[in-house]
Amino acid sequence: MSRVEFMQGNTACAEGALAAGCRFFGGYPITPSTEIAETMARRLPKVGGVFISMEDELASIAAVIGAAWTGARAMTATSGPGFSLMMENIGYAAMTETPCVIVNVQRGGPSTGQPTRAAQGDMLQCRFGSHGDYSTIALTPNSVQEMFDLTVKAFNLADRFRVPTFLMSDEVVGHMRERVTIPDSVEVVPRRPLAEGSLPYEAGDDGVPGFAPFGSGRSVHVTGLTHNERGYPDTTDPAAHDRLVRRLVTKVESARRDIADYEVTNPDAETVFVTYGPPSRTVEQVMRDRQDDSIGHLRLKVVWPFPEFALSEFPNAKVFLMPELNMGQMVREVQRHVDQPVIPIPKIGGELHTPAELVRVLEAHR
Amino acid sequence: MIAPDWFREDRLPHIYCTGCGNGTVLNCTLAAVEEMGWKRNETAFISGIGCSSRAPGYILADSLHTTHGRALAFATGVKMARPDLNVVVFTGDGDLAAIGGNHFIHACRRNVDMTVVCMNNQIYGMTGGQGSPTTPPGAFSTTTPYGSSEPAFDLAELAVAAGANYVARWTSYHVKELTKAITTGMQTPGFAFIEVRTQCPTNFGRHNKLRRVPDMIEYLRSHAMLVSKYDRLAREGAGVPEGTFSVGELVRRRRPVMGAKQ
Ligand SMILES: Cc1ncc(C[n+]2csc(CCOP(=O)(O)OP(=O)(O)O)c2C)c(N)n1
Ligand code: SF4
Repeated sequence: MSRVEFMQGNTACAEGALAAGCRFFGGYPITPSTEIAETMARRLPKVGGVFISMEDELASIAAVIGAAWTGARAMTATSGPGFSLMMENIGYAAMTETPCVIVNVQRGGPSTGQPTRAAQGDMLQCRFGSHGDYSTIALTPNSVQEMFDLTVKAFNLADRFRVPTFLMSDEVVGHMRERVTIPDSVEVVPRRPLAEGSLPYEAGDDGVPGFAPFGSGRSVHVTGLTHNERGYPDTTDPAAHDRLVRRLVTKVESARRDIADYEVTNPDAETVFVTYGPPSRTVEQVMRDRQDDSIGHLRLKVVWPFPEFALSEFPNAKVFLMPELNMGQMVREVQRHVDQPVIPIPKIGGELHTPAELVRVLEAHR
Repeated sequence: MIAPDWFREDRLPHIYCTGCGNGTVLNCTLAAVEEMGWKRNETAFISGIGCSSRAPGYILADSLHTTHGRALAFATGVKMARPDLNVVVFTGDGDLAAIGGNHFIHACRRNVDMTVVCMNNQIYGMTGGQGSPTTPPGAFSTTTPYGSSEPAFDLAELAVAAGANYVARWTSYHVKELTKAITTGMQTPGFAFIEVRTQCPTNFGRHNKLRRVPDMIEYLRSHAMLVSKYDRLAREGAGVPEGTFSVGELVRRRRPVMGAKQ
């Protein structure tokens, strides 16, 4: 049995987190993400969880990482400026392989920009924002239902790969209200426990080490310094650094097919839209309006690790069109994997593309 | 007084300079942990970045060596998610009061149930001896080549004002008193803050005519004044000699606590 409710995207995100077993939320208010914190503040104490309003975003993500090391599923939610503040500790989570979920309900930037308007301006920041080499997972909901579903999925991916995982939402999806089907229970993929006799940072075949939560008697030393399989600092040996960082990147990148989640419409099409998040809804509207089988659509629900193989689902593609709520952040990622022209349809200022705007570009490139 | 059971012997050699005070503080803290009878699987050690913050790496227990200044925020997450764990934080004056100043006052205000040991060497040690918020006016460092021109923070006073339940200050000379203070801090529910004035011959001493370790320890001993006497002199308007600081228990109280064991 499941129940159907009418709710806001941010509420659905909080409900998804609770359903997935999230029991710790540390955050700091920022528009347009605040309703997630407010919902967690109301709901977490009733399920034995902890909500804490930290002094800033640096503290929020730090507390989340601390909570995650006790074994808890832990999350924070923010928007652009707060996301920027979190970057150092996001790198720490990547380096220490701390599973946690970071929701970014994106707004217009740079700086405080447009607090109440939508944007997709942090797509590269979530991939490259912290220093050094690392890899992460980022999911991009386009509906209130997906705010629920992909939040659950984010927790499962975070635990399975032991990486900070991002839900890259935006003001439109965060604040819109829609019908959501909430299942009685959701699939939970837990962290693999650290096997008896294994070292804390000794990875399995999948590149992911087992996890020993604090208090389990395994005496794990966790450090953001380059460390060996024991978890001890080893900062000057080039081979130790290479081994660790290469594994951190590879464990995610080599599982890209497994992590990928996308929808393909009209694979025989010659003109193909590539979207993630809410611009996909405008594309869907155009396709409904025109009943046009010659338009293809690749909608990504996971953007990092980037599923380049999805582009070859369109063998006849002559051109890819990319509406994004930024000046063309993911365009370059698509361009470097295809020979066909990739046409950016950038839009900034806080509003979605209109169907007419997309049709104009479509007509020009047929 | 050494607590060998808690020492990660496979981490030797350690990185501390000869004559550094941090080893003494680590030793006193572990003695307090032994005194409390805490077990390995119920105690977590957390730190930020700095020489002082390397301490958890030498302890055989779960430990989180985090980012510069943020140890208390990480520790808050650990303690709130697992109130049954004993949480001990090691930090330095720069880590705690400069980059981490905001987290410090808020952890005190929340009165999160943890014990924080701050090794205050009045300098940024790990980065090679730059001036910190506790570098005394007039003191020399690589970034105060003409003598520091800023007033210094009094970390213990700051913790009292911000709401911590237990606050004490000692030095790395006062090992017995320090151990007792840390033990009392561990026994007191809420945020326990123990400031330890430590010698850093390499970076503080070198620039301030205290290069020899015994000179630095003697300086700490002779400039420490029991808080009762210190306050009395201040009350009487008599003043205290230049460079004198108070030691002892500054506060022990029972304000509401977050994250305490049920
Ligand atoms: C964000 C950030 N800024 C700067 C540094 C460089 N850094 C490392 S340790 C340190 C100062 C440590 O001083 P203190 O906390 O007093 O500890 P000590 O080494 O003296 O024990 C600084 C500035 C850093 N690691 N991270
Ligand atoms: S630099 Fe100073 S604080 Fe750091 S290890 Fe050396 S003596 Fe100790």
